[in-house]
Amino acid sequence: MAEMIKGNHALAEAAVRYGARLYAGYPITPSTEIMEYISWRMPEVGGAFVQAESEIAGINMVIGGAACGVRSFTASSGPGISLKQEGITQLYDEELAAVIINVVRYGNGIGTLFSAQCDYHRETRGGGNGDYRPIVLCPESIQEAVDLLGTAFDLSEKYRTVAILMTEGALGQMMEPCVLPEMMEPKRNPWGFDGKYSYKKIGIFDRDSMKEAVLMNEKHAAIKENEQRWEDQNLEDADYVFVSFGLPGRATKGAIKQLRAQGHKVGIIRPITAWPFPEDAFKKVNPNVKGFITVEANATGQMVDDVALAAKRLYERNIPVYCLPYVYGIPELKAIQADFDKIVNGEIKEVY
Amino acid sequence: MAKARKIPQIAAKPSTFCPGCGHGVAIRLIGECLEEMGDDKNVMFGIGVGCSSLLGGVLDTDRLHCLHGRASAVCTGMKRVSQDQMVISYQGDGDAYSIGLAETTSAAYRNENFTVIVVNNTNYGMTGGQMSNTTLPGQKTTTSVKGRDCTTTGTPIKFPELVASQFAPAYAARGSVTSPKNINTLKRYIREALEAQKNNEGYSVVEILSPCPTNWGMTPLKSMDHIDNEIVKFFPMGEFKTREAN
Repeated sequence: MAEMIKGNHALAEAAVRYGARLYAGYPITPSTEIMEYISWRMPEVGGAFVQAESEIAGINMVIGGAACGVRSFTASSGPGISLKQEGITQLYDEELAAVIINVVRYGNGIGTLFSAQCDYHRETRGGGNGDYRPIVLCPESIQEAVDLLGTAFDLSEKYRTVAILMTEGALGQMMEPCVLPEMMEPKRNPWGFDGKYSYKKIGIFDRDSMKEAVLMNEKHAAIKENEQRWEDQNLEDADYVFVSFGLPGRATKGAIKQLRAQGHKVGIIRPITAWPFPEDAFKKVNPNVKGFITVEANATGQMVDDVALAAKRLYERNIPVYCLPYVYGIPELKAIQADFDKIVNGEIKEVY
Repeated sequence: MAKARKIPQIAAKPSTFCPGCGHGVAIRLIGECLEEMGDDKNVMFGIGVGCSSLLGGVLDTDRLHCLHGRASAVCTGMKRVSQDQMVISYQGDGDAYSIGLAETTSAAYRNENFTVIVVNNTNYGMTGGQMSNTTLPGQKTTTSVKGRDCTTTGTPIKFPELVASQFAPAYAARGSVTSPKNINTLKRYIREALEAQKNNEGYSVVEILSPCPTNWGMTPLKSMDHIDNEIVKFFPMGEFKTREAN
């Protein structure tokens, strides 16, 4: 039965139920309630909770738990996730499975406390050194966040990679009805350390980077092939297709409902995986579409790049790609409608 | 009569350390202790970045090459989910006391139940002999070419003493590899540290004074003399916190 629950608390409880048994992190608004909840909940199930001395130490403790094959995760926001990047690329490099929850807040540097989507580029490109790509899942509701957290653990283990659950500050702080998963038995993945050296690893001095590059590309190709997730509406007859994820995506769904009621043929692609970007969704779009419009909660427009790349791949003609960056928060439906009118009237120019 | 020491099974491979380096002795002693305790097939290592990284090429055991300085955080994660296994961080002084000082100190502060082995050769060996937080006053390195000036670079850190005096660890000691007598003493220290962990007594750390002939510009024998005559004056050997059970 659905119960009213705060987004961050729902994620913390769900992680325990999905069998996570190590959390290490450092508090930062607006993610802190995940850690506070876990601090008392994890000991109840015999799991490990460590209030780390820093974000850097926290992610390295996650590396330690993941190295033992135990479902391990952490949560943070803004500059806290920046500090974790070295550890995230290390997790990927060691082919360890782990989940990172980024409750995104707005801003460069120390940032602000506003809900936002400004970390899209960093998460989808892999913010650390090297050319890895983590799987990035971006929910529009607390229920979807809880469901995708399970997906994140599963996919991270299936592909031996890092999965990022990219929520937003508002999603962490608000309450909604949500059905939590059943309690699962925690597992210990067979590739984890058991002290007996059961799983032989190639030492760092014997690794072959040329071979690993081929394997990395194969892994990325398999993820792109199999794991694109999205929701779409009204693509087949759309003159304009909105592309928006998370809470702005949810708002955009409301906006297109009203726009269609006014007679505008508009549709939406709401990416659920930000990486792999759901390029396959664009195959369903009306071949005569007049433009794509991203709705994003950041200052400069970030996902617009991926929409342009997807359009370039599918269409021989150059379809205009517009961007409505609302900086932070969740755009109001009437703002989206008003800006749509400006696009149709030529007052807002395409980005690509 | 001289007694032949059995090569520990998990450390039976040749190492690639420089001639005269002390890492080989340190690793051998860890391997011997683990085997004697029946834990050589029940152990995982967090390995530092630097010359300590070469441990990974020697040991046939679960081991993770940690990011620079982070071994104590990684070992915290490992031990928290593997309480029946032995967990050992193996690091150099630069890794543990410079770039990783926060992680190293915080693990000791929390009294994490694993064992930290720090090989202290008073410089950054792997990158060619730069100044470390353990470089002696006046010591010449590639980044203190006129000799370390402690008024602008700080005074060398004495980590086992710091831990023993400020925190509540189970065991803290410093040994060296310069003579059979010192090696036997060091082995006892390592054994004490590992026994403390096995007995769930809490944090244990053993610092090992080790020669770096390559970067010190000395012969292996002169390097040993340098430790015995100079380094121990600043970094005294001994146990700074002994196990309460003993």
